[in-house]
Amino acid sequence: MPHAILVDLTECVGCGACTTACQQVHQFPEVENPTMDAQNFTTLRAIETEDGEVYARQMCQHCQDPACASACLVGALEKTRDGAVTWAANKCIGCRYCMVACPFDIPKYEWASNNPKVRKCTMCYMERQLTTDLKVDAEGYVLDRSGERYDIDGHNVKAEDRDMIIELTTNADGKRASACSVACPMNSTMFGDRAALIGEAQRRIKDNPDTYVQKIYGLKEVGGTSVFYLSSVPFEDLGFYTNVGTENLPDHTWRVLEKIPDIVVTAGVALGAVYWITNRREEVRKFEQDVKNQRSQKKA
Amino acid sequence: MKQFLSRITFWKATAGLFLLGGLVTTVIRFGWGLGASTNLTDETPWGLWIGFDVVTGVGLAAGGFTLAGIVHVFHIKRFEPVVRPAILTAFLGYCLVIVGLLFDLGRPWSIWHALIYQNPHSVLFEVAMCVMIYTSVLALEFSPVVLERFRLQKALKVIKYVTPVLIILGILLSMLHQSSLGSLYLIVPQKMHPYWYSPMLPVFFFISAVAVGLGMTVVESYLSARAFQKTLETPLLRDLSKMMIGVLLVYFTMRGIDLVRRDALGFLFDGSFETMMLYLEVSLMLIIPLILFNLRNWGRSRQGMFFSAFSVVLGFMTNRLNVTMTSLEAYYRENFGVSYFPGIGELMVTISIVTLGFVLFGLAVKYLPIFPDHEEETVLRLDTKPENSGPHAMHARPVPGLNRH
Ligand code: SF4
Ligand code: SF4
Ligand code: SF4
Repeated sequence: MPHAILVDLTECVGCGACTTACQQVHQFPEVENPTMDAQNFTTLRAIETEDGEVYARQMCQHCQDPACASACLVGALEKTRDGAVTWAANKCIGCRYCMVACPFDIPKYEWASNNPKVRKCTMCYMERQLTTDLKVDAEGYVLDRSGERYDIDGHNVKAEDRDMIIELTTNADGKRASACSVACPMNSTMFGDRAALIGEAQRRIKDNPDTYVQKIYGLKEVGGTSVFYLSSVPFEDLGFYTNVGTENLPDHTWRVLEKIPDIVVTAGVALGAVYWITNRREEVRKFEQDVKNQRSQKKA
Repeated sequence: MKQFLSRITFWKATAGLFLLGGLVTTVIRFGWGLGASTNLTDETPWGLWIGFDVVTGVGLAAGGFTLAGIVHVFHIKRFEPVVRPAILTAFLGYCLVIVGLLFDLGRPWSIWHALIYQNPHSVLFEVAMCVMIYTSVLALEFSPVVLERFRLQKALKVIKYVTPVLIILGILLSMLHQSSLGSLYLIVPQKMHPYWYSPMLPVFFFISAVAVGLGMTVVESYLSARAFQKTLETPLLRDLSKMMIGVLLVYFTMRGIDLVRRDALGFLFDGSFETMMLYLEVSLMLIIPLILFNLRNWGRSRQGMFFSAFSVVLGFMTNRLNVTMTSLEAYYRENFGVSYFPGIGELMVTISIVTLGFVLFGLAVKYLPIFPDHEEETVLRLDTKPENSGPHAMHARPVPGLNRH
């Protein structure tokens, strides 16, 4: 069942519980009003509008066909069946093409590190899979089912932090959810089944046409994503990326890449043919030259 | 003589200074990371090292497959003398591109991951594969020079036998990755300035690479002729220049049509930074070479041909830097209020890599049979006994490719 996140900006009071929860669950230093960087995967921007202050949340869109994953040459970024787009520390070579390719400029880099990681919101994917029944090794690190150390974006999880992570990613109903949605006191950020959340979003804008602009941001953008926003003011005014189009961005490159086999075969055959013909011509010319030489020698 | 000496020391001193700067930056880069050594940020993740050292560098090395194709596939044998320098440039070029890449990758030690974690949907994966295989192919294409020098006849025979296959493979690989460097940017249509974003980018990248490959060949032939007293026939250079101009005319016609079709001409008089950079690109790559080439006494002189080819090389660099850097400036400005300009360290490393290229090229020309007359010298010195060292010995020299009587 693919998951998604729905953020209803009309409910958001700008308390910052989501940004704090995100820092806590990843054990990052807590900063207020963070900007997006390698230690802050979500932000809130307070924007003055006619409707009063609106808090524009931003996080990874978890695109259905992510440009970042299509760009990554080693497949470190991956769209999981869960809906989350994750990053594998053991694969990444640090080319940063994902950062260039992402239409929402989401992936961030540990510029100060000598073993830098690409960091971005992963919809708390690995955090949500963490359970109490996993074994712990002699040094106190949680092990995954295959016996390797449990890895969250290149960091191993200590047994003593496990309960904290599980608590932050378990909602009131006892279901596992993203830390930001669990922390949200207004239920402005909702985590759940993608189809159900789309239905909920559609219901809200239909039932309250005076409250909402008639748009679910994230539904059509770049061919569809897994993070949706509802708002009472147009998304342009909130600094959302509204010019990203509705086409799957990886299609732009795939259209070229898929032609490669044809190009190789056609050009290969053509070059081979040219080589053969011109080579033959050269040989014939040489042969005729030799014959001529022999004749003239004989005459002489 | 004195003036000559002081000029040499001036250039040497300058080169030394750059190399020193490059060295210092290298220490910072690998000791303290990319943040400390570059102006790269989360907002501007790619800079000069990708834009110049990799994207431009690969293009500048395109002479290798172009000339190899002309001579060994189309059998236009009169260009034979420039094939070796072109392949040498290509081989050195690709090696230096890989050096540049090692600087830029955040985790250079894991570069080999591309071999095992393959993502066939990634343009960058295709580029990585092609560059890797092509560098090996170039090493093989270049190997006869070394084998000849050490007179390893058996290995030479094997290489000669597979040469046609190598050359065709090299051309195919080049077609793929030269164009794919353009395809890299197809995934960000909304970020780039309309002057440079086009669905045709891969085609443009390939054609302009062919043009600059020819241009580079003219430039380096002229420079090595001056530096090492090697001579190349002027008509040969003129033919190369002619081809270069022809390819450029095709290239700019296509780009013009593309700009019109995408309604991008409306910006031409907005006086913006991007427009200025486009003018610079077109002047250097097309207008100046065209004028020089058509001037009566310039177009026929070696200097004239050198300067027109050199202008194309500069224009080509401008184009690649425009695609990789200029075209994103407006996006950076509007979305983050920032702008990217390479830091002093980035510049130093890039200049050092280029300097290294010149030095290695010089050494290779000096010690290996790269240019034809040098080959004669070696042959004379090594092969010929004093008694038949006359004009006759020159004729007896086996001409590559013509030795099947
Ligand atoms: S928003 Fe960017 S980082 Fe997130 S999935 Fe989409 S392309 Fe990847
Ligand atoms: S930086 Fe890492 S995750 Fe991003 S594209 Fe490169 S290899 Fe993939
Ligand atoms: S889903 Fe998890 S990682 Fe993403 S913003 Fe929310 S708390 Fe942070």
